[in-house]
Amino acid sequence: MAIATRTRKSPRRERLEAAVNYPIDWLEERSGLIGGIRYFLFRKVPGDTNWFHTLGSATLTAFLVQAVTGVILAMYYKPEPKTAYASIQHITNDVTLGWLVRGMHKWGASVFIILMFFHMARVFLFGAYKYPRELNWIIGVMLLVIGMLEGFTGYLLPWDQTAYWATIVGINLNGTAPFLGPYIAQFLRGGAEIGPDTLARFYSMHMLLIPGAIFALIGLHLYLVVRLGVSSPPWSKEAAGADWVEEQEVSTDGRRAGLTRPVPRNYVRGQRGDSA
Amino acid sequence: MEPEHRDQPHLPGPTVYPIGFAAGVATLLVGLVVSPTVIAPIGGAIAIVFAFLWVRDATRDYRGEPEHIEPEVREAPAPATAPAVPADVGEAAMPPPAPGERFARSRFLEGATLGLGGVIGGVVTVPVLGMALGPAFGKQGKHRVDLGSIDNFPQGDWEIAHFFLHPDEGEVTRRTAYIRYNGLLSGKPSFTIISNRCAHLGCPVQPNGPSFPDQTKNFGTGGGQEVTLIKMLPAGGFGCPCHGGQYDTEGNRTAGPPVRSLDRYEYAIDNGHLILGKTYSVAHVDGTGSTAVIHRYGLAGPGQHIDGWEQIFYPLQPPH
Repeated sequence: MAIATRTRKSPRRERLEAAVNYPIDWLEERSGLIGGIRYFLFRKVPGDTNWFHTLGSATLTAFLVQAVTGVILAMYYKPEPKTAYASIQHITNDVTLGWLVRGMHKWGASVFIILMFFHMARVFLFGAYKYPRELNWIIGVMLLVIGMLEGFTGYLLPWDQTAYWATIVGINLNGTAPFLGPYIAQFLRGGAEIGPDTLARFYSMHMLLIPGAIFALIGLHLYLVVRLGVSSPPWSKEAAGADWVEEQEVSTDGRRAGLTRPVPRNYVRGQRGDSA
Repeated sequence: MEPEHRDQPHLPGPTVYPIGFAAGVATLLVGLVVSPTVIAPIGGAIAIVFAFLWVRDATRDYRGEPEHIEPEVREAPAPATAPAVPADVGEAAMPPPAPGERFARSRFLEGATLGLGGVIGGVVTVPVLGMALGPAFGKQGKHRVDLGSIDNFPQGDWEIAHFFLHPDEGEVTRRTAYIRYNGLLSGKPSFTIISNRCAHLGCPVQPNGPSFPDQTKNFGTGGGQEVTLIKMLPAGGFGCPCHGGQYDTEGNRTAGPPVRSLDRYEYAIDNGHLILGKTYSVAHVDGTGSTAVIHRYGLAGPGQHIDGWEQIFYPLQPPH
């Protein structure tokens, strides 16, 4: 009886739910977005994932913080040798909460890089880079490299002595690369000498070129995470992987669960020519 | 087997009007650049005339009274007759498509899409890449820096010289050179002019010895150029604060990570003024002062070998 009273809804509540559901259904019917979000967020993950598995989303959050604070800083920053330093002073001292947003961007940059390394260490130590996730490791390494490029290009923008000389040294380091080095250095400098074009060039790379590439690669990274499923920790006894793997008739064939994709039962040894 | 499409879409017959219209538009666009008052109106007129003719031609079927068509009346076929005759047999058989021609149209469209897409992509990409990568192959800009009368440089003394490489570009082109007047060499003034850019990674090297800010000379030499000369005594040569590279007073490396000597400036004497020209790189210097032998190379970035076997790593430098 108690159950029946709980499940019966008052007309008022039904009308309310209909009012809430109507726009959601409207959107879902026309775009499939709600289902897509549900598919993305309510995936099956191994039961014994732990806090180390959150380092990837932590890195993503750090990047989003950089993106948002960077967009706001770009509203006040003036990438011109004569105005850059003054506009940084203006942001720090005059603009409402400018000191905080700039601080978030400055310290958040280090947080982003550190979290990338922690995430990488987790993936390495858990062996989560192994088949079938090698491609995601490669994409992750690309993200690490261009993430550090983002740090390098952003370091020049305050246009103070530290920024200027650190960038000179950084560009000349690139210049010592064999064969192409001199051209890479010229490309970064935008000419033979560091000058007004260098600052504008670094600004463009820092806020348009590299973030765009990072967004694209993060998209690919997440696509592969969803497609391949989350790996379970090395000590796990539970099979891991995406639903479509679990639905198959599978045997783990003596391999450690969660690391390798289970081999389908009808798999014929030697089919791929890997044994005589 | 794929289904074969045999429907005949109704299309207007081919006409030359679209070609004339396109030619008119092209003439209009060219005319806007070349001669907006004469050729552009002519092109516009051609385009309008042909557009009118094209529209009239294409809509011929829709204008006027539609022809009255007698509705067709058919007897309903008796049930359970012979099975339907396939289209490719019997009296009214369609001719089979010529071999190799079945998808010629779709193949053509596929190729046209890829080809046109490639052309459009190239038209967009080439200038963009050129603009982004062009500076990598650019020349070292010419500069001509007037450092004032050579009387400012007593014989045998060192001066720290601050100046602008390009006064109109401001502080970012401020450079420093260490200058010593070596006296006359066969009747002509001789200078040692050393760039302060470290040959390791480009930090500013400092004199290892006292400077005398009370003996500073500030003056302008025209065109926005502001020169500052500070007397100094680099008794211990020059040293770099970043990674500890050390040089003697001729700019030869004595310790630390630099791979060659300090760069130098070309100079000329014009109307009794010291004029700085291009920068060049130096492998090493034999001797001192006016009789020093400078092993000179084209300008290379800091940290790049210009002599010895390591130079094979930098076979091509951007033009100077």
